[in-house]
Amino acid sequence: MAVFKHAYKGYDGPLTPTWSRFLILPRYAFEQMRASRFYSIFFLVTMLAPLVFALMIYLEHNLSALKMLRIDSFIEINARFFQNFLGWQSMMAFFLAAFVGPGQISPDLANNALPLYLARPFSRNEYVLGKMSVLLILMSVMTWIPGLLLYILQGTLEGNGWLIHNLRIALAIFFGAWIWILLLSLLALALSAWVKWKPMAGGLLFGVFFVAAGFGGAINGIMRTQWGNLLNLSHLIGAVWTSLFEQPMHRGSGAVFFRVHGTDVPIWCCWVSLLVICGFCLFLLSKKIRGAEVVR
Amino acid sequence: MSSVIQLENLEVRFGERVILKQLNGSLSGRAIGLLGPNGAGKSTLINTLLGFHQPAAGTARIFGKDIRTEAKAVRSLIGYMPENDSFIASMTGVHFVRLMAELSGLPSEQAMERAHEAFFWVGLGEARYRTLGTYSLGMKQMAKLAQAIAHGPKLLFLDEPTNGLDPPARARMIQLIQEIRDRGELHLILSSHLLRDVEECCDEVLILKDGRIAASCNLEEERRANRKFLELETRGANGTFTSAIEQLGCEAAAFPNGRMKLVMPDGVEIRQLYALAAEQNVQIRRLNHKRDSLEDIFLKAMEVPNGGV
Repeated sequence: MAVFKHAYKGYDGPLTPTWSRFLILPRYAFEQMRASRFYSIFFLVTMLAPLVFALMIYLEHNLSALKMLRIDSFIEINARFFQNFLGWQSMMAFFLAAFVGPGQISPDLANNALPLYLARPFSRNEYVLGKMSVLLILMSVMTWIPGLLLYILQGTLEGNGWLIHNLRIALAIFFGAWIWILLLSLLALALSAWVKWKPMAGGLLFGVFFVAAGFGGAINGIMRTQWGNLLNLSHLIGAVWTSLFEQPMHRGSGAVFFRVHGTDVPIWCCWVSLLVICGFCLFLLSKKIRGAEVVR
Repeated sequence: MSSVIQLENLEVRFGERVILKQLNGSLSGRAIGLLGPNGAGKSTLINTLLGFHQPAAGTARIFGKDIRTEAKAVRSLIGYMPENDSFIASMTGVHFVRLMAELSGLPSEQAMERAHEAFFWVGLGEARYRTLGTYSLGMKQMAKLAQAIAHGPKLLFLDEPTNGLDPPARARMIQLIQEIRDRGELHLILSSHLLRDVEECCDEVLILKDGRIAASCNLEEERRANRKFLELETRGANGTFTSAIEQLGCEAAAFPNGRMKLVMPDGVEIRQLYALAAEQNVQIRRLNHKRDSLEDIFLKAMEVPNGGV
């Protein structure tokens, strides 16, 4: 070994493909997380709900269990069942984003590490994509992947073409989860980029979720309107999911933790509101993720 | 020699402020010093070459690659040691350098191997498993150098590499830079406000002033040329001695108190001067090679109004 021991020597060995280099960032992040007992336990806890939901599906199709409990049906496995599963897991994903998200960009900014990343054949977009994929991968494992596994379990146990007839549920789980995890990831990264102090960035994510909802509620109360719901992420996601799962839209519909607070605001306004939030997060990231700060 | 950096009317603006003004020139030295007073545009030039700032006009080429259109290809050739503290405090030194090498395209195993080697080479072998946040300032500088070279760049940007180092650490850093330079496998750009650092490490120098190139010279050629200039202090010299020197082929100018300045042609040796002096009973009491130091060059460049080459 010791190429450098006596003198500097260049490198002319093989190089990795450029397109896959953004995946280096999640690999290092997962290595660090694996060393943390808190994250390991938290991640295991998030897997309890899928197990419980899988058990419910199993019991529903286990005739001897139903006979023993002397009931005809344990629970109805329908779109609402999967929507509630998604709601539960999405809330866990929110906590994960609040714990993991702030640690993604803020330490790099606080330690002025961005010039080192960006002085390499590694673009700003790849940097953001790499940092974002840490959250995307973790939240996917928590939301749509177990959701689709439950869907397949239910379809397999039910038979009779249930999978094909209820394909809409699979699409709703997949796209509904992706909307939430994209929104969460962008919010977490944007806050992480703007607030260099990790606990503050995590706190702000809770603020965006709960305080903005409270502010929206106050607007509704004072102005006697429902447009304040556009500030309420829980309402926006609940409404979008309800439309994706093709469920009746009324006050209280949606999923656990993601309830619809009123029906006056058209669904397209909810989509636009989500897009505006994502666009604003991207704008904040583009302002902060730079190799060198410009003092005008 | 083919040019390392080619500047073509390069202009950089921050809002209304013009920071780099129509820079033109070609740099081809093995080790190029970038000099200038604070605010001259040294760091902006480096940041622009790295693609951190977009030129408002013109462009620059590094090894023939345009920084505007081939930014990624340009950065794949570069190693960069920034001026300020830049690291990830929670990472161990060797992990940090490995990450940076992997981002430059090295496969994981090679990146790890070269990270270890780079750490040993800069003298931090024993501290490579400590987190960077616990390093002293000098160690952080060395870790920055390690991450800049671990992937084997073709061009190394060193922005104030001796900043904040104590004399032994500075000497070590200069020695490492000289080793890299003498190895001949890469070119380096050394930006510094310390003339001594540039003088010890560089063979070419670019001096910036107010965003313009105030001077650009090849220090090696200057040094070679200066060897032919002599300053003498004599006793007993007269017109005959001056004529005899001129007959050797030298250009000579005599000054009061026996002082003389000579330009020696090729083929004339100093001992011929001593022989001539002995013949004519003239004492040569002092003989100096005229040395136009980098400081002289720098001060001259600073005197030129509004920059200019």
